[in-house]
Amino acid sequence: MTKPRKIRLSTTPSPEDLAALKLGDIVYLDGLMYTAREGVYMRALEERANIPMELPRDSAANFHCSPAATINPDGTFRMGAVTATSSFRFAKWIGEWLEKSGAKLIIGKGGMAPEVYRKHFVPHGAIFLTTVGYGTGALLGRGVENVEAVHWREELGLAQAMWVLKCNEMGPFIVASDLEGNCLFERENAKIAPGYAALYEGTKPAVMKRYGETDDRSDEVIG
Amino acid sequence: MTPISLIQSTAETLMDKAAIEIPDDYLTGLKKAAEVEDGDLSSFVLQAMLENYEAAKEDRRAMCGDTGCPRWYVKMGNEAQVEGGPCALETALRRATANATNGVPLRPNRVHPLWRTDHDNNVGINAPEIEFAFEPEGAWIDLTTVHKGGLFGTDYRMLFPSDGLEGIRRFYLDTLIAFGKRGLACQPAIIGIGLGGSKDTCMVLGKRAACLRTVGDRNPDPKIAAMEEEFIELGNSIGMGAMGFVGKSMVIDCHIEVGYCHTGGMQMSMHAFCLSSRRACARIHADGRVEYRTDPQWFTPYLRRETVEWEGLSVAAE
Ligand code: SF4
Repeated sequence: MTKPRKIRLSTTPSPEDLAALKLGDIVYLDGLMYTAREGVYMRALEERANIPMELPRDSAANFHCSPAATINPDGTFRMGAVTATSSFRFAKWIGEWLEKSGAKLIIGKGGMAPEVYRKHFVPHGAIFLTTVGYGTGALLGRGVENVEAVHWREELGLAQAMWVLKCNEMGPFIVASDLEGNCLFERENAKIAPGYAALYEGTKPAVMKRYGETDDRSDEVIG
Repeated sequence: MTPISLIQSTAETLMDKAAIEIPDDYLTGLKKAAEVEDGDLSSFVLQAMLENYEAAKEDRRAMCGDTGCPRWYVKMGNEAQVEGGPCALETALRRATANATNGVPLRPNRVHPLWRTDHDNNVGINAPEIEFAFEPEGAWIDLTTVHKGGLFGTDYRMLFPSDGLEGIRRFYLDTLIAFGKRGLACQPAIIGIGLGGSKDTCMVLGKRAACLRTVGDRNPDPKIAAMEEEFIELGNSIGMGAMGFVGKSMVIDCHIEVGYCHTGGMQMSMHAFCLSSRRACARIHADGRVEYRTDPQWFTPYLRRETVEWEGLSVAAE
């Protein structure tokens, strides 16, 4: 068993930094990171609101996350655990967001489809970092040195707001796509798939099928 | 008579414990899995999780940023009495849930399904769920909270007797593989399987099997116990591990619960209790003593009874 490499990376990485990363590398981040998910995407891209940060100068790292945090009565923040939300749901906006924000690191849960990497990430020189577990919320919370700002909190609510986090060796994250658009999860799935036939040997499809297991809606799904 | 203030304060402590402290049985199970895991990435994930549980306890912060959906299981001895009655008890649990959401803090996950209204306290219509059960003896009250995570890893299927054990095996594999890819189920998990009942009972049994039995516990029916053991093996032989990486740790334990069903059917449900298998329990005795533990001791001979009468219950119907 080879141990994965561990690397510290800036949230405004250079093209060379990114080119050096390989699928499966373990990354820890330093610098500013912002959360943006469907609320921010809709507001910035569909409603064309001005993004309240200088991007990508301040940060090229977009985190798909809503932190477990509260705002104290005096306006300060209390940050608990931090865990990403599943990223595949944001495919619809990601191309336009990469274009507009200049983000180089998309950080979230479980990566995105290989086609999304090839179509949108590669032309923008961006890669995907996935959180680990995915339950490593306490470790990630530790890596947040400070909450610098919370933008669009009134407009979008706590969960969807744009949280600007100062990271200090925040991690671990795993490199899930590289600059060429290779996909870590696709690679792993392909290694596992040859074993399925033996696993299912002796079983037969359920007596009553379900739509989705057949595309023919005239099928009676019994059988 | 158990004072309502004691119920509420105990419930608040339980909310905190569940969110922060991984139960020992799951931790031991995960450590064992980490020892045998030889996939390089899967193994890294398990090590990171073990560090994460430590960090959560040291910092007193939630182990996972997604703090799930808090819910309650209440069990009472037949002689238990609550100040203000069962409705006061329900209110105390709703208060504890709301207070802890702000206190720990937890993520205010609960929203209206259509209007997405968020009270920022994990309380709303039918939330948190509060479920009751009873035991024939005692004046104690057991409170258990489960902070169940995961939109993935749960499924239901109406199977039939002719599907047989192979059909059960196949649906088990289908669910593990579908939700195991990319680690959507946040495996390795405690898998709960409900068999029989009616559709709702089947779901409830499977969920309780996952969330209310501890790692290492076996069903008292030796044949079902053997199935549980076989299914642990089977799940871990898929070739998949944490996050869907190549590996062999999918299942920390498998628990099966059954309920008598319609003679024509064989309902099956699957539930995955994730890497943040959060549960905490306490027994409140009639004299006010409170004992904390992590084993809900939910499935007792009484709860699994098959007969009409239960020996020891002395009140006879006229
Ligand atoms: S499924 Fe469990 S470990 Fe995964 S993100 Fe949700 S609560 Fe955390």
